[in-house]
Amino acid sequence: MAGEGRRTEPVAVAAKARRQLPWARTVFWLYAATLMLPLLWMFGMSIRPNEDILGSFSLFPQRVTFDNYQTFFTDSVWYSSYLNSIVYTSMNAVMSLIVALPAAYAFSRFRFAGDKHLFFWLLTNRMAPPAVFLLPFFQIYQSVGLFDTHLGVAIAHMLFNVPLAVWILEGFMSGIPREIDETAAIDGYSLPRFFIRIFLPLIRSAIGVTAFFCFMFSWVELLIARTITSVNAKPIAATMTRTVSAAGVDWGLLAAAGVLTIIPGAVVIWFVRNYIAKGFALGRV
Amino acid sequence: MTGRGADEISTTGATVAGGQVTGEVLTGDVLAGAAREAPGEQDASRADTRTRNNRAWFLVLPVVVSVAFTAVIPLMTVVNFSVQDIFSPTDRIFVGLDWFRSVTRDPEIRAALLRTLLFSAQVLLLEIPLGVALAVSMPRRGVGVSAALVLVALPLLIPWNVVGTIWQIFARGDIGLGGWTINNVLGVNFNYTLDSTDAWITVLLMDVWHWTPLVALLAYAGLRSIPDPYFQAAQIDGASAWATFRHIQLPRLRGVLTIAILLRFMDSFMIYTEPFVVTGGGPGNATSFLSILLSKIAVGQFDLGPAGAFSLMYFLIVQIVSYVFFTVLTRTGR
Repeated sequence: MAGEGRRTEPVAVAAKARRQLPWARTVFWLYAATLMLPLLWMFGMSIRPNEDILGSFSLFPQRVTFDNYQTFFTDSVWYSSYLNSIVYTSMNAVMSLIVALPAAYAFSRFRFAGDKHLFFWLLTNRMAPPAVFLLPFFQIYQSVGLFDTHLGVAIAHMLFNVPLAVWILEGFMSGIPREIDETAAIDGYSLPRFFIRIFLPLIRSAIGVTAFFCFMFSWVELLIARTITSVNAKPIAATMTRTVSAAGVDWGLLAAAGVLTIIPGAVVIWFVRNYIAKGFALGRV
Repeated sequence: MTGRGADEISTTGATVAGGQVTGEVLTGDVLAGAAREAPGEQDASRADTRTRNNRAWFLVLPVVVSVAFTAVIPLMTVVNFSVQDIFSPTDRIFVGLDWFRSVTRDPEIRAALLRTLLFSAQVLLLEIPLGVALAVSMPRRGVGVSAALVLVALPLLIPWNVVGTIWQIFARGDIGLGGWTINNVLGVNFNYTLDSTDAWITVLLMDVWHWTPLVALLAYAGLRSIPDPYFQAAQIDGASAWATFRHIQLPRLRGVLTIAILLRFMDSFMIYTEPFVVTGGGPGNATSFLSILLSKIAVGQFDLGPAGAFSLMYFLIVQIVSYVFFTVLTRTGR
């Protein structure tokens, strides 16, 4: 009898137990709002004329203008560097994935001589400070003709993106039972055919998430990209650090460029929201 | 008997939570727990039953080649720089470990190392507790969950130099909301371009703004994988909210928090872009961290020898921490 009565209770109890601190939700949403403040402020800057920005401090824009965005899209220095960034990040994501997919499969399915050492070695490259590689990159890329090319930046960013992709993909692949591989082998699938026909479709979302993280880490990187480019492949990040002219900093334009570079991340964020922790933790969470 | 029952519930509970809530979210703790409870299970024995096949090297070969080109050859060049005094491509002398000696004695580099370590320590002290608090207070069901995830994750996806730009604008006394508020509402004189303490605070706050969400998301993933029976038990025992947190949630977060601490240490230890944009390492040397100083020596002054020796020692520290990281990850994460 008593047992009967209690059976439905745990669910309610658990719900109550999980909803513990009474102020928690309020505090959380307050924090989230504070988090957005600097971001909104930059957006506010981007739609003001420069005279208003420097003229007097006001909480809300007195006059709304899209001149800053217009400048961005008409000045070739700005929009071409934005395109440069998109070109080399896309190339990098594709190249990193192509290289990383078979390797991640190997790490998740086979034991081979030196596998642990290799896996560790990959991690150290993800963790290496880009500053360490500045000088050699500068010299090597100049001597092999990759300096100031999109391909050059894409290859240079593989330094940290290939290890990242291998680790994330390995994390996802290890979640897929190996019985599938074995069944396919019994059915007469060769490894390449199994990999392309069956395995890749299975890990579609993992590939999407990995591509996103490769794209993003290449998109946000400044130091290497700036060092091995000058004009033709100059990234948007580098253009943004050189806005100081004789008239001072063009804050409105800088803010507009900032807003525009956030857009790729902001567009995709909804689709990857559940994988962000996993991606940053190299597939280990 | 009862104990076994609870174990079974907790295992299935974890699987269900991991499967439906956040894709494949399974913390190391849960996996380790599953391994303890049912040693014969797939997850626990997987590492041992992978087939031994050295032909797998062919699959790994592209990675090895590409990373060799992007990492090994450059590192060899750095080693080359670090043991020679190079006047021109044809005129160079071998100097042995001289550069290493001078780098380890260089007061500027020592100061930058201490500064970077101090920064990393402060970052960890602020971000880990704040991130856990945030994760505990995040909504756990309903439409609020997705909204909260998106809002919290947004700073993580902003390009690092734009994070710098955002704070460069926000913290300025004349045009930034933050700086203006501190100066005019709180009445404290705050100018990050002139005062080194203010610059430090700005960079630190920026890092907290930027990266606390990562700790929060990791901790949140960890919290969601705690099976309901734990909370039911706590409720029945009449545990307070604090006791539930201290004795149920916090111990269960050990795995993800280790990852968070190591990731945050590594990334704050090699921080470059954000402080470079906001302060450029200044005022004076107040925010010139290791990476900023190194890139100044390497690309600014083009001192090949010292830059090479500096790079290698920097890399060595990173290697050591990576090794700790690797050991922890492969023990708890698999």
